[in-house]
Amino acid sequence: MANTTIGRSAPATLAAAPWRIVAGVLLFAGAIALPFGLSDYQAFQVTLALSYAIAVLGLNMLTGFSGQISLGHGAFYAIGAYTTAILMDRYDWPYWATLPVAGADCLIIGFLFGLPALRLEGLYLALATLALAVATPQLLKANALEDWTGGVQGITILKPDPPAFLPIDADRWLYFFTLAVAALMFLLAWNILRGRIGRALRAIRDHALAAEAMGINLATYKAWVFGVSAMFTGVAGALSAIAVQFVGPDSFDVFLSIRLLTGMVVGGLGSITGAIWGALFIEYVPNIADQISKAAPWAIYGIFLIGFMYAMPTGVAGGLRLLARRLIGRRPPSNG
Amino acid sequence: MESLLHQVLSGLATGGIYASMALALVMIYQATHHINFAQGEMAMASTYLAWSLIAAGLPYWLAFILTVALSFVAGVAIERILLRPVANAPVLSVIIVFIGLLVIFNSLAGWIFTYTIKTFPTPFSSEPLLGGLISTHEVGATAVTLTVLALLYLFFRFTPLGLAMRAAAQNPVSSRLCGIRVGWMLALGWGLAAAIGAVAGMMIAPIVFLDPNMMSGVLLYAFAGALIGGIDNPVGAVVGGFIVGVLENLAGAYVIGTELKLSFALVVIVGVLVVKPSGLFGRVLVSRV
Amino acid sequence: MPALLEATALRAYYGAVPVLHGLSFAVPDGGIATLLGANGAGKTTTLRAVTKMIRVDGEIRFAGERIDGRSTEDIVRRGIAHVPDGRGTFVDLTVEENLRVGAITRRDRGVTSDFDRMYGYFPRLKERRRQQAGTLSGGEQQMLAIARALMLRPRLLLLDEPSFGLAPLLVEEIFRIMRLINQQERVSILLVEQNASLALDLADEAFLIETGRLVLAGKAADLAKAESVRRSYLGY
Repeated sequence: MANTTIGRSAPATLAAAPWRIVAGVLLFAGAIALPFGLSDYQAFQVTLALSYAIAVLGLNMLTGFSGQISLGHGAFYAIGAYTTAILMDRYDWPYWATLPVAGADCLIIGFLFGLPALRLEGLYLALATLALAVATPQLLKANALEDWTGGVQGITILKPDPPAFLPIDADRWLYFFTLAVAALMFLLAWNILRGRIGRALRAIRDHALAAEAMGINLATYKAWVFGVSAMFTGVAGALSAIAVQFVGPDSFDVFLSIRLLTGMVVGGLGSITGAIWGALFIEYVPNIADQISKAAPWAIYGIFLIGFMYAMPTGVAGGLRLLARRLIGRRPPSNG
Repeated sequence: MESLLHQVLSGLATGGIYASMALALVMIYQATHHINFAQGEMAMASTYLAWSLIAAGLPYWLAFILTVALSFVAGVAIERILLRPVANAPVLSVIIVFIGLLVIFNSLAGWIFTYTIKTFPTPFSSEPLLGGLISTHEVGATAVTLTVLALLYLFFRFTPLGLAMRAAAQNPVSSRLCGIRVGWMLALGWGLAAAIGAVAGMMIAPIVFLDPNMMSGVLLYAFAGALIGGIDNPVGAVVGGFIVGVLENLAGAYVIGTELKLSFALVVIVGVLVVKPSGLFGRVLVSRV
Repeated sequence: MPALLEATALRAYYGAVPVLHGLSFAVPDGGIATLLGANGAGKTTTLRAVTKMIRVDGEIRFAGERIDGRSTEDIVRRGIAHVPDGRGTFVDLTVEENLRVGAITRRDRGVTSDFDRMYGYFPRLKERRRQQAGTLSGGEQQMLAIARALMLRPRLLLLDEPSFGLAPLLVEEIFRIMRLINQQERVSILLVEQNASLALDLADEAFLIETGRLVLAGKAADLAKAESVRRSYLGY
């Protein structure tokens, strides 16, 4: 049987090595400065990439860390997005208040979906989640729900204004807002995954029977993981709705789920930082592909995908780790 | 009552097509433990090839045979060239390669042939038979798919090559110890699956019309049919395909309307799987710790 | 007798772990050689090395030609049949299909008569020939595995622990058939066997292996009398 272990061991600890602190500070400074050097559209792209990063992180928690394949996370992205759109458009909620609601309803729906679905294994679960992904645009267009979802035409929302006391424009503000939420979500994920829960998830992924024998209540954990992972992706969807200012059923088709999956694998399974690489791939490679070939951009995208898998089967994060090991391995150990 | 019969018969006709695609999926799964997500797009590409040949003036059945043959060769080539390098990669990486293939085929088809819907000719007439219960094409398509399935059965059961392929799929290590070139058996399996896909595509195109996305629904139903029958069971896959065809039609006509019938059928199938996770005929695997 | 199979300085690895450390042995043409040793000594590994089921360094010559660089299928097609430990039965195929797979690479016309010969050696297989192989008992599956290997009409037969888990009467039967095949059809045999007295009784040459190294080699009759062998492996 093909190699069934996916992902790797615990996420790296934030050791206080000096170079890590310097890198962290530089990264932080760069993230703050970034949007001011970009055009409005480019700032929008980075904002969207950030929301994809949260979505991929969510998916990674389920698939990379606990080994449950989901081909349907686009559905939760859609639920989060529509929650925000409906609350903002129909009920005049402020944009920031919609995020917790989007997260909460995805958490609940994810948990409820996860309870029966996670009795299924591997391919069967893949089909179940695929069914979810395929059903989503159809449900969003359904006549019965049209009053809520706006049917085929979707819902348009207004770009939120930056707070009065900050001298920046709406696009820049949106970037910082998304960045802050992303930082929060990543911190949350890191916290969850490195502790007891993370170990339990990895135990389930690596050997479910043994995990159960050791007292981990499989059904509860799995459903819970599904819920949390859906929550992350739902928050990401909400953020994307605010950035794009529109939700429509065809934006949330099967291909969205596929893009999230590919982002996760390209970035690196079971890697938190991998989610960022994956998001960059999702956001920018289609554009690059479009520039290479206007006529068949997805063909180029497909070639990129296959190329990545040949060159880096463990994703960008895995590839970087290998590179680091090779570089650092040449130097003698620091504490002699 | 008549309309129910009509739905059922129509469902069996499309079900036959799902059944053959499901069989192709199971064949590859048994041999490699991978699901070929690109199966549908490969079938679509084959159908476009047939369309081009017919448009260039070839008579239908010649184009048919040529397409099946070329699809076979393409299937073998894809396995040998594209899939051997990732044979030992993690499961999800291989899934991504399949998705890459899927996307490439889809995009190239759209580029070369545009996304306008085309009609695809049927070698049978479109006259209704049995007082309107079923069209001649549906009968013809069912006959073709049943013939294909029968030929495959005979091939696997009674020919040495078929035996070698079955052995290679079941137990590659022992097969090598009998001198079987397992790698080539895999490639042949892919070739056969591609050929089956081509036939399925050419049979369904007159019904759903030809466009780059025509096979996505079919693949999903085939996948569902294979799982309902038990993913390790060829006969189950075939039965599952027929069940799904009938279910889809009945759901569309009586329960949920055509716009939601895809989701509904899938939801029902998922329901079945939750109740009996290994499928109707699949073996319940007892895991030894 | 000249050697049909010659292995020189074999090193074999499971992943990065070395299991054989420069082992050398030979199987006489038309004769029977046996590899003896305790559990985990490396006997099964040695057989796997010959048919390239694992990574191996060193030289292996079959009828004078090097085979260590070739793939398993190629090696088998040259006339080496391997009955692995665990038997490797095709459990979902019938008994008859299992035998047919054994002969699948043959192009000559003798296959049908070989079926009859196999059923002659193993009448129980004939009774069960349409049965699914997975439903056979352990002893029957062992007979099936040997018959399947013989359907290849090999020049060399590798046998891994044929007595494992079998009733003594059945084991005697199998060894009787081995002797018959060797004498009547000139099939050379490389036998791995934990039951040292049976093995030394059958074989012409013997090689004693401990933790992947050769410690004693010679005529089987001589080893059977050697003090160390008697004490450690023959129990007296």
